[in-house]
Amino acid sequence: MAAIDPVTLAVIQSGLQQVCNEMDLAFCRAAFSPVISEAMDRSDGIYHRDSGELIAQGELGLPVFVGTMQFSTQAVIERVRADRVALEEGDVFIVNDPYLGGTHLMDVKFVKPFFYRGALWCWLANTGHWPDVGGIVPGGFSANATEVEQEGLRLPPVKLYKRGALDREILAIILSNIRVADQRIGDIKAQAAALAIGERRLTALLDRYGADTVERAVGELKARAAQQMRARIAAIPDGTYQGEAFVDSDGVVDEPLRIAMRITKRGERLTFDMAGSSPPCRGPMNSVLATTRSSIYLAIKHVFPDVPINAGTFEPLEIIDPDGTFLYARYPRPVSGCAAEVSQRIAEAVFAALVEAIPEQLFAAPAGTSGNLSVGGYDPARRRSYVMYVISGGGYGGSARGDGISNGCSTIGISKTTPIEVMEQYYPVLFEEYSLHEGSGGPGAQRGGFGVNYRFRLRRGEARASMVMDHGRYGPQGARGGRDGGVNRVRIVRGGAEYRPPHLSKDQGIELAAGDVVEVSTPGGGGFGDPRTRAPDLVARDVARGYYTRAQALNWFGVSLSDDGSVDAAATARLRAGPA
Amino acid sequence: MTRIAGIDVGGTFTDLVLVDEASGEVRLAKVPTSADNQAFGVLAALGDTGVGLERLGAIVHGTTTTTNAMLERRIARVGLITTRGFRDVLELGRRTRPQPYGLLGAFRPLIERELRLEVDERVDADGAVVRPLDEEGVARAARRLLELGAESVVIHFLHSYINPAHERRAGEIVRGLWRNGHVTLGHALLSEYREYERGVTAAVNAAVQPVLHRYLERLQGELSGRGFGAELLVMQGNGGTVAAGIAAEAAVNTVMSGPASGVIAAAYTATRSGIPNVVTYDMGGTSTDVALIRDGRPEVSTELELEYALPIHVPMVDVHTIGAGGGSIARINAAGMLQVGPESAGAAPGPICYGRGGERVTITDANLALGRLNPKGLLAVERPVPLARLRALIEEQVGARLGLGADQAAAAVIRIANDRMAGAIRMVSLARGHDPRDFALLAFGGAGPLHAVALARELAIPKVLIPARPGLTNALGCAVADVRHDFVRTVNRPLPEVADDLVQRVLAEQIAAGRATIEHERVAVERIDFVHRADMQFQGQSHILTVALPGVEVSRAALQRLFEAAYWQRFEVELKEIRPVLVNLHTAAIGRRRPVALEALAHGEPRPSLRAAEVERRSVWFDGGWVDTPVYRREWLPAQARFEGPAVIEQLDCTALIEPGCRVERDRVGNLLVTV
Repeated sequence: MAAIDPVTLAVIQSGLQQVCNEMDLAFCRAAFSPVISEAMDRSDGIYHRDSGELIAQGELGLPVFVGTMQFSTQAVIERVRADRVALEEGDVFIVNDPYLGGTHLMDVKFVKPFFYRGALWCWLANTGHWPDVGGIVPGGFSANATEVEQEGLRLPPVKLYKRGALDREILAIILSNIRVADQRIGDIKAQAAALAIGERRLTALLDRYGADTVERAVGELKARAAQQMRARIAAIPDGTYQGEAFVDSDGVVDEPLRIAMRITKRGERLTFDMAGSSPPCRGPMNSVLATTRSSIYLAIKHVFPDVPINAGTFEPLEIIDPDGTFLYARYPRPVSGCAAEVSQRIAEAVFAALVEAIPEQLFAAPAGTSGNLSVGGYDPARRRSYVMYVISGGGYGGSARGDGISNGCSTIGISKTTPIEVMEQYYPVLFEEYSLHEGSGGPGAQRGGFGVNYRFRLRRGEARASMVMDHGRYGPQGARGGRDGGVNRVRIVRGGAEYRPPHLSKDQGIELAAGDVVEVSTPGGGGFGDPRTRAPDLVARDVARGYYTRAQALNWFGVSLSDDGSVDAAATARLRAGPA
Repeated sequence: MTRIAGIDVGGTFTDLVLVDEASGEVRLAKVPTSADNQAFGVLAALGDTGVGLERLGAIVHGTTTTTNAMLERRIARVGLITTRGFRDVLELGRRTRPQPYGLLGAFRPLIERELRLEVDERVDADGAVVRPLDEEGVARAARRLLELGAESVVIHFLHSYINPAHERRAGEIVRGLWRNGHVTLGHALLSEYREYERGVTAAVNAAVQPVLHRYLERLQGELSGRGFGAELLVMQGNGGTVAAGIAAEAAVNTVMSGPASGVIAAAYTATRSGIPNVVTYDMGGTSTDVALIRDGRPEVSTELELEYALPIHVPMVDVHTIGAGGGSIARINAAGMLQVGPESAGAAPGPICYGRGGERVTITDANLALGRLNPKGLLAVERPVPLARLRALIEEQVGARLGLGADQAAAAVIRIANDRMAGAIRMVSLARGHDPRDFALLAFGGAGPLHAVALARELAIPKVLIPARPGLTNALGCAVADVRHDFVRTVNRPLPEVADDLVQRVLAEQIAAGRATIEHERVAVERIDFVHRADMQFQGQSHILTVALPGVEVSRAALQRLFEAAYWQRFEVELKEIRPVLVNLHTAAIGRRRPVALEALAHGEPRPSLRAAEVERRSVWFDGGWVDTPVYRREWLPAQARFEGPAVIEQLDCTALIEPGCRVERDRVGNLLVTV
């Protein structure tokens, strides 16, 4: 085939990107699930017709879906081939099976064959996080399920739309198995409409440039992304780098789960070996292979954000299947914690390994928990049941370039929190505090950002609280001599008595009555570099703002302050000259 | 007193359009912007007109004083008094990061933590008082903030959009102690839920209020000292003006006024040319703004992020900005792909052809190399750079890696730049459910008319409109803008539960407030128009869709129909299953100022024939080859000129490029209408 001219190539690249961005926007604006519309927990992309490989993905999609939908598209292609399923224009498959290239059950994928002039040209697919898919707890984040059936309705790839018509029978099965079913029809239509918009835009692009030219451009763009990734990898010194990260517990057995990450860099390739990680666990903190792989892709994208995403980007990354570990879960292991929590620990293990290799480009660990909390109950005043979801952020890690930001989004997300004024409109709660988690930023030459404290009181009726969070046992890791960030804490006051979850960050079905209080403090980011080298006037400023106490300044940073809050230079010099 | 001066302060130049409606005479001025105090440039521009200030009927001023103050963070020291337990809301934001990928970056709150104080008070989501206001605590907090050197103060309480009583009472107490009067109440600017967005909007207002107040006081003083006795109006981001005397009260409204005035001029121009639907395309040195005008009205948005995590939710002309302008730099990225922008050579060092030390190829350089710009006609050149050297640099920096010669490489830079700008236009049109083919493209800014015809071809837009003075559009926007005040009220109830008379009642209150504000300003207006809109959503959604209301008397059934139609137009989704919710009601009170005649702007020195308007013939690169092309002087074009491209049309501060095969005619108000 003739080489494609470089200018047309660039134009087609941005054209494909725009098709995906428009699908992202349309999905988000029309969706009902606040997890999709506000938290932007969704993604749209274009996939190769035979291999299912990623061609282009929206820039506004949730980061954890980097690369994941190619696995679910592949699962659809396999089913089509195995069962000789006829494909027709207007068909849309629905699938959420975690073991078939999925994440957790709540991420429901729509996969649509795209026809151009009568022939299958590619697949369009999107994922949206549904607020509920049935299962043992509202919202799906069970803290102690022991098999996937307890986590909700599992859908293999089936056609939800046939030739453009919604299959009312399949729809009825779905709606009979999930909570708050009446609004799901809105999400289903929004999710399908986004693919229809993609279809129209992609048709226009192919009309304009010709299907053959675009096909060649797709191949060329893949090769170039691979080339760009290889160039970034080549700049890392050859060697083997190790990092580790811990999940507090699996929610059932109160023992930490270890992720062992061994990254070997040779020439232009990175190899990721997770041998030595904990075995599969009983509780829902297992990860399916697609999520484990995507978490590594995501971590690398956070390190090299300028490399565009398509199948080529991942070519130079070799991931050894972590057989026999909790990072390669098989049926019927429960997996509801994989997309929100385990994925972030995997990314942290990658960061921890690479910060030794290229410290100037990396950072200490971010808070790295989605902080999922759900409260489901009955509001007697409004005579209706409700499920309230709270997500929260935490501090980011310090880096060579500066302190980490406070209340940053989860590593895998781009989701904003719901305003307190909105939550209080919908649910019978009154927030008493939403404040900076003082002292939580990991001390360092560049300190971590701070987590959040929030506290609310149930005003009416009864409810049950469940949570899947993490970093309750170990704070986010410091790097290059920096200290760990502050840990996640949950405190509940029931009938005047204090209750703390035995697993610290995971619990389920905690009964609440009117007047009871839920209080959460989220983790701060890890510190970067020796805190005793932090500029003393910055420490004094941080104390003046109440970020740290005077004692913390003394003990952690080796900075002594005078009564007026200014740095006592002589005492500070003495302290810093002594042993740490 | 029929003379109106519109003055716009841009990054490089301060522009003035002075229209004398009685005589039809127009005077123009362009002077360098005085960065430290924009008033000097304003006075210099006025001086250049030779018209005594005592003879002016009004001055309408577009200033970037507050915009720059925010960009450079040269802002007032602001204190906050807020609900106990919530002082960190303004620092924590809504759990975001600057970029989707990459975990680096920083955020500095507008109000530092030591200046954020809490008082006992609490109202719930229904507006009921849960905890009474600690009035003594408010006074203590105000005194403490004064001690700490706060110059302005924000009072921001939870749920004040539904019950503002505590905020109002606290405001009275603080005003009693706060001599300079710089007190901002959160609900007063934006009566909408979302504590972070409302709080930041208030904080931005407080941060720039003293800055704007000082600037306008000084300017007013200078103007009066020179005999000016008429009204001074200030341009706002909503595309309307406000009397200088009260502009600082809602200073946040002026932060985004720059792009708005261009869009207002565009709407005015297009309407007078009989074209109601246009996409505006304003390409300057570092960025390009596009906006949509339907039925002569610019689209308005209330959700804009000034920079990372600084949302200002006040009504603003909805302008979509991308980082591609004449100074945008072309480079080959790590994947071997040609990329243009967002990096810009800015004004210094500027494009290579300016001869101010710029060494990297920009869009302007590519245009020059392709014969589209006149090397002798560039305004900002210090030392002319030989064309051969320019071409060598283009070949070296762009061509070599792509295997292209200088000509093709320069053409590639233009094509990539146009592709990005076409993408921006698709985002304001297609992505919002509008077909660009139903619009005309109105091109202005220094570089807009140079790229507009190619863009229109790319997007299948049938007509391009090039106004008489593309380089002075913002100043013209000031001269023609109406007085405007916006009011928003949160309702947030499912439509079936909305009381029958509620919509009418709220809109009537907003009308009364608008009328009172305009009367209080004492600006001469011919009449006051009220434009009403409703923000709606289906129950359970969080995004809203804004629906224009035909008038005050809107039934619930009509609201439902309007919403469903708008939803279908935007998403092609029908949802009979779910109830709509009425979220907010808006009213814009627009005091119509007397229309300004535009014909005078186009007065030139028409030559008897097209031939006589030709300055020279030049080789210009079109679509793969050099074409011998006539270059016309805009001012010399005969009144009834009609001709076909290729052509280059030059005027003082702007060049228009007409591609081969396009037809050009001059319309009755002096615009060039290009049929693509």
